[in-house]
Amino acid sequence: MSKSRNLFFLLSLGVIFVLALAYNFADRNIAKLPPDPRTVNAQYDFDLRIIAAANAANAPLEGTGPLGLGRKALKQEIVAWDLEIAPDGTGLPVGSGSVSYGEEIFSEQCSVCHGDFAEGVDRWPELAGGEGTLADEDPLKTVGSYWPHLSTAWDYIHRSMPYGYAQSLSDDDVYAMLAYILYSNDIIEDEEFVLSNENFLDVEMPNANGFIIDDRDVTEYPLFSGDPCMKDCKLKVEVTMRARVLDVTPEDGGS
Amino acid sequence: MSKKKTTRRAFLKGSVAVGSAAFTAGTSVKAMEGDPLITEPQEWAQFTGDGVDATPYGMPIDFESDVVRRNVGWLTADTISSVNFTPIHALDGTITPQGCAFERNHSGAIELPKEDYRLMINGLVDRPLVFTYEDLQRFPRENHVYFCECAANTGMEWAGAQLNGAQFTHGMIHNMEYTGIPLRTLLNEAGLRPEGSWVFVEGADASSNGRSIPIEKALDDVFVAFKANGEALRKEHGYPVRLVVPGWEGNMWVKWLRRVEVTDQPIESREETSKYTDTLADGTSRKWTWVMDAKSVITSPSPQTPIKHGSGPLVISGLAWSGHGAITRVDVTLDGGENWFRARLANPGETKALTRFYLDIDWNGKDMFLQSRAHDETGYVQPSKEQLRNVRGLNSIYHNNCIQTWWVKKGGEVENVEVS
Repeated sequence: MSKSRNLFFLLSLGVIFVLALAYNFADRNIAKLPPDPRTVNAQYDFDLRIIAAANAANAPLEGTGPLGLGRKALKQEIVAWDLEIAPDGTGLPVGSGSVSYGEEIFSEQCSVCHGDFAEGVDRWPELAGGEGTLADEDPLKTVGSYWPHLSTAWDYIHRSMPYGYAQSLSDDDVYAMLAYILYSNDIIEDEEFVLSNENFLDVEMPNANGFIIDDRDVTEYPLFSGDPCMKDCKLKVEVTMRARVLDVTPEDGGS
Repeated sequence: MSKKKTTRRAFLKGSVAVGSAAFTAGTSVKAMEGDPLITEPQEWAQFTGDGVDATPYGMPIDFESDVVRRNVGWLTADTISSVNFTPIHALDGTITPQGCAFERNHSGAIELPKEDYRLMINGLVDRPLVFTYEDLQRFPRENHVYFCECAANTGMEWAGAQLNGAQFTHGMIHNMEYTGIPLRTLLNEAGLRPEGSWVFVEGADASSNGRSIPIEKALDDVFVAFKANGEALRKEHGYPVRLVVPGWEGNMWVKWLRRVEVTDQPIESREETSKYTDTLADGTSRKWTWVMDAKSVITSPSPQTPIKHGSGPLVISGLAWSGHGAITRVDVTLDGGENWFRARLANPGETKALTRFYLDIDWNGKDMFLQSRAHDETGYVQPSKEQLRNVRGLNSIYHNNCIQTWWVKKGGEVENVEVS
């Protein structure tokens, strides 16, 4: 299978090469040549190169970096893979979806793990609830209570969900599901709400300001350094907690 | 020929059983009679073994079948988006064999053929490029040994001693020699633009795990690897190509690496906001806690490797590592921290790689509370769990690099405990 595919690929390359040669030689003295592809590549004008490729089918795709390895990524390839969404909305496609449609597809595609109301089933993640619990002993971290950016949820649902059938949702489906998740979290109270690329950045995430950048270099490293005590460091050592008492180690522990 | 072979095999199988019975008896036989393993010819000394065509790719011998990765069923909803643990209690040296090196997958370990592999570099570069696996083979290559530790390693121990075994408390770590290309080489090939301040790296599996890495780190020691310990990466470790982010949490070591995008901002993906962030006592959370601080653990004796030989010479063995650089020193206590001894490093510490340490003692057969404490080249000293809790509270999951205590009891049995 893969051998024949490779063979086909090589054959195609060969055909393109021959055609390209023919085009070049046949037209050299008659038609105006497309711009030198190497110059185009050096300037990196993507559209020009695509046009050149379409016109001539001979624009070389090989990379022009220091080692000349790899090949130019085509626009449609970048579009296919460059999907992630940044907090400022960069990458967000045009589209929209309502709470009610979101509820419908959520119950079809998500509720088996996340519950009808995004409350989670078994150990699968809860997506709703938990607001105000982050300082509690056992905080409930959900899209509503914890996630600082709405873009994260759009991006994750779009690229990685549903679990087991990723990248099967349309952009509008994702907007709708997210509208429903926001509704489940009481972040949106209007059941007629429609989430779209237009109003996306207007949604306020409750824990948007709940994060600080790693400060261990200030809060921990000065405390956890220096020459530690080596002799007579404690007066008494007592067991304060035992794993045996809890007994949650798998039975085939390998001992 | 084949009939003869079958017969001989059956016979050999029989003698293996006899052999092990003799061994059991031999351990209690009087010294004067001699050890039958020595005084009687053994089947392995009389009959021939396997031919060189028996195992074109060898597995560990059956007797080592307990040295395997294990998972903890209750930890995750299923085994596909889950984790297993390296049997560090049964290994020695520093290099982790790939076959028992822990895995953490978010959508399972996928099969991606080398021929179908593509790596895209795009974003703020002069020339967005696509590389095949063969293309990657033509870049100048380097070899480096690095540890990879999941940020959640020891995470189940925050609230208290929970799992009884070094494999479970500290086994989300492995250490391999990688062959590959510095990421900066690939970024140079694409022509990094000056406004590029981050890279977003992404895997090809269904979770398409994506993480943002500052450009300084990306240009420093981040590595695109296609071999580990001399051979192709295993499926579960990202075959055919994975990212290596030395010293930083394992979640950033994107497997099945398919894309590196140069950006001017962090993406704040799911794995760097809702997960792999650290909630403090007041409910605020730290983000971008990438570095794995210095840590160590005694791997033997430990709950899965009790002392079976009684008092006398005892080898205490363990591992130490730091995401900030090389391990310079490890201290070991036998009494829960009253008195400490400097352990012997098997080799000088190497940057962002596991270091093996030993303390050779004459065990008096009495209870011990074993702990180890790592020091790294920055002067950082591995903290106690109490020190960490004082700063972070009780709700953390990730980055638990506290000192571990093993209670060795008189008979040699070992238990995971916390001590005052």
